[in-house]
This record gives sequence, structure tokens and C-alpha cells, in this order.
Amino acid sequence: MSDHEHEHHEELSFWRKYVFSTDHKVIGIQYTVTALFFLFFGFCLMMLMRWQLAFPGKALPIIGALFGADRMPDGIMLPEFYNQLGAMHGTIMVFMGVVPLAVGGFGNFVVPLQIGAPDMTFPRLNMLSYWCYFVGGVIMFASFFVPGGAAQSGWTSYPPLSDIAPSGQTWWLMGMMALIFSSLLGAINFITTIIQLRAPGLTFFRFPFFVWAQFVTSFLLLLAFPPLQAASFFQLMDRVFGTSFFMPEGLVISGQLSEATGGGSPILWQHLFWFLAHPEVYVLILPALGIVAEVIANNTRRPLWGYKSMVYSLIFLGFMSFIVWAHHMFLTGMGSAMSAFFQTTTMIISIPSVIILTALILSLWGGSIRFTTPMLFALAFLPMFGIGGLTGLPLGLASTDIHLHDTYYVIGHFHYVVAPGTLFAMFAGIYYWYPKATGRKMSDFLGKLHFWPSLIFMNGIFMPMMIQGLAGMQRRLYDGGEIYAHTQTALHWHKVISISAWGLALAQIPFIINFFASLRKPKTAGDNPWHSTTLEWAAPSPPPHGNFTELPTVYRAAYEYSHPDHDEDYLPQFQADAQAKPAAATP
Amino acid sequence: MDRFLGLPDLASEHGARLDYATELVHWLMFALFIIWGALFVFILFRFRQGRNPKASYKGLQSHLSSYGEVAVAVFEVVLLLGFSIPLYSERVDDVPDQSEAVVVRVIAEQFAWNSHYPGPDGIFGDTRPELIDVESNPIGLDRESEGAADDVTTVNQLHLPVDKPAVIRLSSKDVIHSFFILAMRVKQDAIPGMEFPLWFVPTVTTNEMREKYGDDFNYEIGCSQLCGLGHYRMRGFATIHSQADFDAWMEEEQSYLGGEDEDEFWG
Repeated sequence: MSDHEHEHHEELSFWRKYVFSTDHKVIGIQYTVTALFFLFFGFCLMMLMRWQLAFPGKALPIIGALFGADRMPDGIMLPEFYNQLGAMHGTIMVFMGVVPLAVGGFGNFVVPLQIGAPDMTFPRLNMLSYWCYFVGGVIMFASFFVPGGAAQSGWTSYPPLSDIAPSGQTWWLMGMMALIFSSLLGAINFITTIIQLRAPGLTFFRFPFFVWAQFVTSFLLLLAFPPLQAASFFQLMDRVFGTSFFMPEGLVISGQLSEATGGGSPILWQHLFWFLAHPEVYVLILPALGIVAEVIANNTRRPLWGYKSMVYSLIFLGFMSFIVWAHHMFLTGMGSAMSAFFQTTTMIISIPSVIILTALILSLWGGSIRFTTPMLFALAFLPMFGIGGLTGLPLGLASTDIHLHDTYYVIGHFHYVVAPGTLFAMFAGIYYWYPKATGRKMSDFLGKLHFWPSLIFMNGIFMPMMIQGLAGMQRRLYDGGEIYAHTQTALHWHKVISISAWGLALAQIPFIINFFASLRKPKTAGDNPWHSTTLEWAAPSPPPHGNFTELPTVYRAAYEYSHPDHDEDYLPQFQADAQAKPAAATP
Repeated sequence: MDRFLGLPDLASEHGARLDYATELVHWLMFALFIIWGALFVFILFRFRQGRNPKASYKGLQSHLSSYGEVAVAVFEVVLLLGFSIPLYSERVDDVPDQSEAVVVRVIAEQFAWNSHYPGPDGIFGDTRPELIDVESNPIGLDRESEGAADDVTTVNQLHLPVDKPAVIRLSSKDVIHSFFILAMRVKQDAIPGMEFPLWFVPTVTTNEMREKYGDDFNYEIGCSQLCGLGHYRMRGFATIHSQADFDAWMEEEQSYLGGEDEDEFWG
């Protein structure tokens, strides 16, 4: 009888433990798995588009017929479906893939551990944040099945096009609002947790760089998302209640005089959207920089070079990211004073990025570099993010932007930042913290089989886009630009890109196998398999509820590797001075 | 460098300076990438675990990198002040007056480019949305208004004289489009409810280009802002005439306007 009761209790706790959990680690893993699913889904959308771009108007063999006559009659893609795929690829990858993975996943799992906290400050808010994200994801996913299909006005959803689009756009807006709530709740939680729940001795300049990155990221989310929340609500009002926030008077759409009362401005949306979406770029990149810094310090076995200037650069970057947004809008008829301002801020923001990247490269100097799987991804991040950053220069200067604006050059540029950039850092993070989350190490062989083809195919996808962009090929063309004369010199690259994209999909198979098969291995990783210095490695692997068997105290800076007064090549933050001279304790 | 970058043919006065700026930026990018890349590869080789089993706690002592960062900043200042800001300001601030330029209104719609010429009197007639008729009056021109009688409208055909500033007053009837003529190195969003000018001086006529590339050659007007299902086929053509040919074309267009009933021409 008591056994039965016990089982009943266990059954309840399964839901509380794994589904509606308030444990930051479970929520982090929920975020990670959900985000990985959406990344895969968003990638599939792109692979479909790549078929149409490589072979415009040709029937997609075998699976083409599955999509139905209103999307792909006889396997031939319709422009409306192409536009849906494009809009949803961007939305899913940014708002439901990378950000939830970087902040919701890694942030949730790692930050409380790295600061020596038993959990987040507001565990229930944390749970609510995940479920808002989940609901937003479901709404976005479901929108493919509403009449007229999903949103099709680009991930930027510029009105008036989005105001007059089919009902999928309404779903997009509601989905966005749920996702934004999720991010706002998460951001508040991170900020309070990082400030309030630090372990004794953990001063701000003893933070691991990853904690700093999440801290600055949270401020970006907290301050940049509300304008888009408001803008989404305005657009929803425009669509549902006939307001005209973004509709000027006297529009004639398909020969019909618009009934909108007018008085609004389409440019207002762009300002509100990019006021979020540029800081959002840094939300995508800062946690990635944080992960790369952790992995590099660990695998060079020496402290980060220029840690303090990296932190100051990070804070400056976060601040500047709020005043560069209109460089996305140079060609909207902007006056010369405005454009001069935004060009200047854009050039200024490149300086802290250069400092951080340089510091990471120079951190390698004097190291004893281990080419583990996480390190390979972290190292590849550096030149890939470098290309992404450098190609931002001609786009950030209004004059050279005239030729390159809205071409494939732009796509190549930001994908270098977020795909072989951020996503590689995310992979580095997964390989690096997987032992902490599961108690098991992932296979190094499969990891390398994942890394090398991914690196090659990533470049096979995005480098040709630079060539296409310089030739002047526009984005978002359903037929890939077939009818234009100027694209003819660059059209053949579409096939190279598409084949690389499908190759990239194959290159993820070792990762998927590795991710799941490693769960079946025995738990032999131990608490600190990488011989690391930061606090998360003080906890058992996987950490129990409450994280630490006893709450750690911090004695020194985050990356005391190869300290000259210490025999081992790492001196953890949480280790009271056993062998080191007392004087070495203060950083 | 421009060959290496694969920039398309150029046929406008200001375009050469824009291309030069593009080349300069790319030189900087290549130089930085090569320097960083070489350093990166060298470090990976030199400090791999096999060769350097014990890491150095202090690491690099030199602060040479600060000079590198300053150099990048200086180069960016040069790009900004020397090229980008003046070049862009010239595009938006120095729009020539109607007396010395050909002024055309271009009104974008899903998925076509309408042109509106003021005719010999130089006065644009009024346009009103309620007069728009997809077939006969796509821009809603009020022929009764002042100066409208000699106005010329075309669809997807833009005619301009060579070596004379062309001012395009750009707007849209419905959603946001983006107007560009690649060889002229101009691109600007057409935003409903607003009108912005863009300007350039064409330097090569269509006929000269045809001598070079064959009779199929046309300057293309393209849309570079997603504007709906037909975005990919929103293409028009620009013809750059000699001044004499342009005048002849305008005269011919005028002759079609003579009668009360424009339909006469269309039979």
C-alpha cells in the first residue's frame, strides 16, 4: 500500500521534474532540445527553398507531392509558398532557434552553475518563460496550416505588405508576442540572478566571460524587445481592427483604393523593428563569444588575454548596439545628417568587436593548444565570425551600401555571423557542457566527423553569396533571379550553394547520432573532465537539484590556468589554496 | 580589383567613385583577413600541445595589437570622412534643379514601374488615387489639372537622355518596393505615402552598349525589396538616348496625346 502511494508520488513528480520543472537545468535542457528541433526545422525550410533556387520551376522529386496543391502543385513550388518558407526560415532561426538556444538553453543551464547559485532567482518565472516560448513556437508552427499559409512578408514583416498579407501574418504577430514575453521574463531573471545569487567571493571581474556575455545580453533583450512588442501589437491592430499605424492614406492595392483611414507610416515599423533587431544581432553573437572564450581558455590552458578590455568592449558593444539600427534603412530616403550619424556609430561599433576578436586570437599565443571537438568549433568560429564582421563594413557605409543593399551579399554577411559563427559556437558549447549535463562525454571521432564537413559546406554555401551579391543579384527572388540579365554571370552559383546546403544537412548526421547515442554510455565523465577552472565544474555531473553539494566559495579569477606557483595546470576558482602560495590567491 | 570583385558594368558619372570606395573597403577587408588569418594559423601551429606542452601563464607581452586596432580605426575614419559621408551626401543633398535635369516621377506598384514625365511645359499634372484605372490610367493622372495635358506616362519603360542629370522622384502606390538600375549604381526604396528623389548622370547610351553586347542589351530596372508574389518578375527597362533621340522620343509621345481620346492610338 505504501509502495503504491510512493509510486503515485513519483508519477506526479515526473511531471514536475521533467515537464513543468522549475529547475534551471531542466529548463535549460528543455530550451536546448526545443531550439535544436526548430533549428533543424528552419534548416529544412531552407533546403526546400534551395531546390527552387537551384532548379527553378522544376518539380521536386519524391517528397514534392507531399506538400499539397496549394503549396507545391505537382511538386513545383508556388511563389506564395516560397515566400512563406523565406519568412519563416528567418523567424524560426532567429527567434525560435539561435536565441532560445544561446540564452534560454546555455544561459539557463550554465549561468547559475558558473556563479555558484542553487537556481535562478525566480524559478517559476523561468518555467513561465520556457512555456511562453513553447506556445510561441506552436503558434508559428501551426501558422503553416491556416488558410493562405504562414507569414510571407519576410522575417522583417515590412508593412504595408504585411498589413495586407493573408491570415498567417496575424499568427506570426501573436507568435512573436509570446516569444517576446518569453525573452523579457528570461532577461529579468538573468539580471537579478547574476547580481543577487553570486557565490561568496565572486566579484564581477572574477566572472567567467560567458556570464558577462549573458549579463549584457539580458540588458539588450530587456531594453530592445519592448519596442517590437509594441510594434507587433500595432500591426495586429492594423490587421484586425483596421487601425492605420503603418498605413498611409490613398493606397491603391491591385487597382482597389485601400479602405485604411491612413495617416500612418510604413517607416515607423522599420524603426521599431530594427530598434530591436539590431541589438538582437548582438543577442545572437554575445553568448557565442562567451562560449568561445570559455572553450579557448580551457583548451589553451592559459588565462584569456586582455580579459578586462574584453569585458569593457562587451559593455560598450552592448551600449552601441542601441544606436546603429538605422543602418538597415539607408535606402529609405534618409537624409545626409542621419546617415552620417548611423554610418559613424556603425564604424565605432566595429572597434570593440575587433578588440574582442583580437583578444581571443592572441589568447592562443603561448597556449598549449588541444584540438578537442569543442575547441575545433571554437577556433573555426574566429575566422568565420571575422568574415561576417568584415563584410559588414561595406554594408555599414551608406555609399557602398547602395550597390550591395538587399543583395545576396547581405545574406552572406549575416549568415557568416550567425551560421558558421554563432552556430559553431553553440556546437562548441554543446560538446563542452554535455558532460556536465549528462555525466557522459560525446564521441570525439563523431565530433570531428561533424566538424570538418560542416566547415567546408558552410563556406560552400555562404562564400558564393558574396560573389552573387557583388554582381548585384537581389535577395528574395522566387526564381533566383533567372530573368535578369545582370544575374547571368552569377546564376550558376545557386547550384553550388544548394548542393552545399544539402551536404551540410548530411554533415549533421554524426552530430545527431552522437547527441543521442552518447546518452547510452556509462556516466564516467566525472565532475571536471576538461580540468576546467570555473564553478560549474565544482558541481557533480549531472548536478542534482540545488546544484552543489555545498555552496562553493570563490577564491580567484576565472581562468587561472598554468599558474606558475601551482603544480597542476589549472587552479579552479572554487579551490581554497592547497598548494599555491597565499599571495597568489588575490587576482 | 573591380574585375576581381566582379562588379557589373558601369554607366553613370558618380558610379566610378562608389566602385572605388567598394574596392577600397574590400582591400582593407582582405588585408585584415590575411594578417589575422596568417597570425592565427601560425599560432595554432606554433603553440599546439605537441610542440608546446606547457602553456605560458603570462602569454603575449607585446601590446602591438593596440596599434593594429588604432590602424583599423584610422582607416575607418578615412573611409567615412573621405568617401562614404561625402558620396552619400552628394546623392541626397545635391539633387539638381529641374532647370538642369530631366525630372521623372516613378510610381511603383505590384509589380510594375510607372513613369510620369511632365512634358514640354515642365509641370507635373496632379495625380489622385481615386482616378486610378489599371488599364487606362495606372497612376491616376488628372488630365484636367494644370500642366497635365502634355504629361506622358509609360509602364516599365524609362527613357532618359545621356550625359544629363536624371532626377527620379520615387514613390509607390501600394507597398514598399526598391528601385535600382545596376549600371547606374542607384538604388532606393519606393515608399507609399512618401516621395524621395534619386539622381544620376547616365554616361553610356543603350545603343553604345548594344554595339558592345549585341542587340539584346537593355538597362534593367529591378525591384530589390520583397513586395509580394510577383517581386521576382518586377522588372522594367531603361533606355538611355542621345539628347536628339530623347527629344524625338518625347515628340513622338506628344503626338499620341493630340486627340481628346487617347484610345485612338491604341486602335
